[in-house]
Amino acid sequence: MAKNKQKNRYKKHLVHLFILPAALIYGVFQLYPLISAALNSFYSFNGFERMDFIGFQNFITLFTEKPYKDFFLNAFSHNWIYFFVTVLTQLVISLILALIIHSKIKGKEFFKSMFFLPKLLSVIVIGFLFSLILNPTRGALNTLLEAIGLEAFTRPWLGDMSTALLSVIFVDSWASIGFSMLIFLAGLQAIDKEIFEAARIDGANSFTVLFRITLPMIGPALMIMTVLTFIGSFETFEYVFAMQGSSGGPYYSTDVLTTFFYRLAFGTVDGGQAIGLGSAVAVVLFIIIGMATSIILFVFKRKDFER
Amino acid sequence: MKTNPLLQIIKYAVLALFTFVFGYPIFLMIVSSFKENAEIFTNPLSLPTSFNLDNYIEVWEVVNFSNYIINSIIVSSASVFIVLFVSSLAGYYLSRYRFKWNPYLLAFFMIGLMLPMKLAVIPLYMTMLKLGLVDTLFALIFIYVAGGIPFAVFLFYGFFRTVPRALEDSARLDGCNDFQVYYRIVLPIMKPAISIVGIVNLINVWNDFFYPLIFIRTDSLSTIPLGMLTLFGEYDTQWNLLFAGLTLSSLPMIVAFLFASRQFMDSLTEGAVK
Repeated sequence: MAKNKQKNRYKKHLVHLFILPAALIYGVFQLYPLISAALNSFYSFNGFERMDFIGFQNFITLFTEKPYKDFFLNAFSHNWIYFFVTVLTQLVISLILALIIHSKIKGKEFFKSMFFLPKLLSVIVIGFLFSLILNPTRGALNTLLEAIGLEAFTRPWLGDMSTALLSVIFVDSWASIGFSMLIFLAGLQAIDKEIFEAARIDGANSFTVLFRITLPMIGPALMIMTVLTFIGSFETFEYVFAMQGSSGGPYYSTDVLTTFFYRLAFGTVDGGQAIGLGSAVAVVLFIIIGMATSIILFVFKRKDFER
Repeated sequence: MKTNPLLQIIKYAVLALFTFVFGYPIFLMIVSSFKENAEIFTNPLSLPTSFNLDNYIEVWEVVNFSNYIINSIIVSSASVFIVLFVSSLAGYYLSRYRFKWNPYLLAFFMIGLMLPMKLAVIPLYMTMLKLGLVDTLFALIFIYVAGGIPFAVFLFYGFFRTVPRALEDSARLDGCNDFQVYYRIVLPIMKPAISIVGIVNLINVWNDFFYPLIFIRTDSLSTIPLGMLTLFGEYDTQWNLLFAGLTLSSLPMIVAFLFASRQFMDSLTEGAVK
């Protein structure tokens, strides 16, 4: 009897093996590096070697000393532009497409698949593909504009400081519209059809229905997509890297915080490695993105934590 | 319900326009991959005058394309399989056993959902250096598994909570041990969650460029996206090869999508909404 009990207890402990592998891999290769990256921002570095604890000195340098201050503000402002333009291009267009596909229309599945297709390609493939399409002399876009008599609009899209950042954002939107359209469609499909019936019986016209019923009902989807867009705009790296290089050319006009971080960490330009400063940039991004994610997690997913 | 014919025309016009906007660049990429370099230069928009696979053969020869594909397959399949295995176990543990530390464990995994892992790349690099894993495929696999775990654990945790316990209890009465209950009873009901986690991770891992850029130095260990960087670095004037390379790298996912477009779209939507 006693022996049996002991065996049972032994078996009970075995159950912890369920959580162990996930906790271990995640702990070593994600959580530890995240914490360590945050701590690094308080140290000075020699190459990859941690030297002295210097408090907030890295942050002070980043925010007040040239050239870092200028690089930081320049990149930071581009992240904000990235966000606002993406809301206009990606979210507005994908919402319109979702509303159309949700209405009475033939070929829904075809259009959905077509619009979603770019999401399957690697970001680097999309970036490279568009660097060819937007090429000033041989690219398809300028050739197309010339062919339809719009020579006046041809320009070196990625090489002109006034259009470079916008071009990168448009390419990002091109790739992401299909996905946000699907999220909006899921929101639209979840609305109870009887509400529309009732509105019609009450004599509401299409615009009233759209602004008074449809949009408020997909409010949560809109909110989630806006926050996701915000996070994406501050995490963005690959499109800029693929089309404009790690220094966000031309002349830093497309530089964002992640490319600035990349240069500081891996020392390709700006005078070599600066791990401490790079980590300070990382911490700034942790705070911005962490706050945005908390909105989603605590507003929309609280139910997961309630028992 | 009556539909306004003018409104219908506008709707189809918008859909047609965007079909062009989304389809044409991809169409152009595929079509140009069959052209000669001079032809792309003189007639970028026209259809190819002849159909041949020379560009593909050349790309295959000038860069290690077959290596890239094999590496991508190894890294993707290993990462997806391990994420599914360890996360479903963890999700099961968190939803089925009431240990007092479970809420803390959930919070522990949640940190990974909140913060961008890319920015932890310096300590990650130093860890890999210590473990001797820099410039190996193991580095990528560990990173992708660790990166996929938080989302997967949460999804599985949510799913398990919707599955009634009665089923497992009766299996237990029939003499199954915990692992058998998990393997025989629970896993089969979990297919929707498995496909969501599997597809979301597959797309992420297959297409990722950032981690190979940092961790892989040897060309023969490159995955396809990193291989594209090599191709674009060395053959930047031979657009016929560039287009062929881009098409070749996109083909596997596009073909998979043609066979299972529904699952792909549903998985990504559910994954984001859940």
